[in-house]
Amino acid sequence: MGALFSLFTVLILVLIAFAGVKAGNLHFLFGVVIPYAAIITFITGVIYRILKWAGSPVPFRIPTTCGQQKSLPWIKHSKIENPSNTLGVIKRMALEVLLFRSLFRNLKTEIREEKVVYGSEKWLWLAGLVFHWSFLIIILRHFRLFVDPVPAFMHLIESFDGFLQIGVPRLFITGVILLVSVAYLLFRRFFIQQVRYISLANDYFPLFLILGIGFTGILMRYFTKVDLVNTKQLIIGLFSFKPEIPEGVGVIFYIHLFLVSILFAYFPFSKLVHMPGVFLSPTRNLSNNNRTKRHINPWNYPVKVHTYEDYENEFREKMKKAGIPVEKE
Amino acid sequence: MKIYDGGKILIGIIIFLLVATSPFSYNMGKASVKPEPKLDTPEIQKMEKKQCVEPKEFMKAEHMTLLNDWRDSVVREGNNVYIGLGGEVYNMSLQGTCMKCHSNKKKFCDECHKYVAVKPYCWDCHIPPKEN
Repeated sequence: MGALFSLFTVLILVLIAFAGVKAGNLHFLFGVVIPYAAIITFITGVIYRILKWAGSPVPFRIPTTCGQQKSLPWIKHSKIENPSNTLGVIKRMALEVLLFRSLFRNLKTEIREEKVVYGSEKWLWLAGLVFHWSFLIIILRHFRLFVDPVPAFMHLIESFDGFLQIGVPRLFITGVILLVSVAYLLFRRFFIQQVRYISLANDYFPLFLILGIGFTGILMRYFTKVDLVNTKQLIIGLFSFKPEIPEGVGVIFYIHLFLVSILFAYFPFSKLVHMPGVFLSPTRNLSNNNRTKRHINPWNYPVKVHTYEDYENEFREKMKKAGIPVEKE
Repeated sequence: MKIYDGGKILIGIIIFLLVATSPFSYNMGKASVKPEPKLDTPEIQKMEKKQCVEPKEFMKAEHMTLLNDWRDSVVREGNNVYIGLGGEVYNMSLQGTCMKCHSNKKKFCDECHKYVAVKPYCWDCHIPPKEN
């Protein structure tokens, strides 16, 4: 249900862009207004989410760790898995962000011969990792259309990405990896029963959206072709606040741009916000120093106390009369 | 609303803003000039009918595919005869046919390739025409 809903949503988005540009002639809306709106939504939305997270107190370190805490000198301390200082946290965070360390520990559970068994499951980690890295390289690669003059490192990325020299324009390896890995992430939700059960429309929608972006991009580069010079002119116009709509930019480009705009605008309000979110994961970004430092709970209720000194001051005379010993005469 | 660890949050937000707006800041103050490939070589001026091996629109979109097919045809199949739409016969040769007319590589090929950061590997093997 969720999958079909998401698929049709993406198809309708494609149709909206197609009809808007082809029949409605709304080039300015789809080429300038919507992309700017998407960028503004993306940036303000992400900052809003970060500030909202930052408003939640984390009074106590949450030591969900996978290694030995810093302890007595002869007990070996696991410095990265259970860091005791900021340097260790940075290392743990780098492993998490760059290599998805905690997903590497992913297990699968099965019932075999009437027993529950656990086994290693690395496919999700592998597909997730290559997907994210490919996506990053693809975004970086797009900078050749964002800026003018193009910095030299762009050629380096492209020569690595296209080093197989298959066909012309050269086949980019990351494009293939992106589609294959997104397809894996999608089929995983279809065919693994437990994952299928918990999958919702908001799990499928980003996958179909990214598939749509990938397909339109690949169509443009290898098959239908767009006028790259005019297309770059449009994009440069956007990124230098001098928007213009050059003639002869294919409708497929507007579809691609519209889907990308939707992705960016959708980003801060969906699961995709894990991009900034991973840096604010309390179980990853806090060193385990519960025993060496005192952490005060910020929402502690201010308790009204009445010390013995005050008590005695209040009742001194009565206490003396009753023969109760007092500390101060 | 109270912000906890405000310093670290601020650093994070600044990094995010710098990265997210980098295409804007990179383009700031740089005037981008649209490439205008030139067709005014002596060889083209001499032609009565100014016509490439295929129509202009096809060449614009598919020249790289055509060159790739030519290379495969000559190098792998030993066939270097290309028949155009009107039955004209061409010798499949980058240096001998393409660059004979388009002898202005810098103003013809590189003009657009530079703009969109394309580095064709034609010239890894072929010798570009001499230009001043």
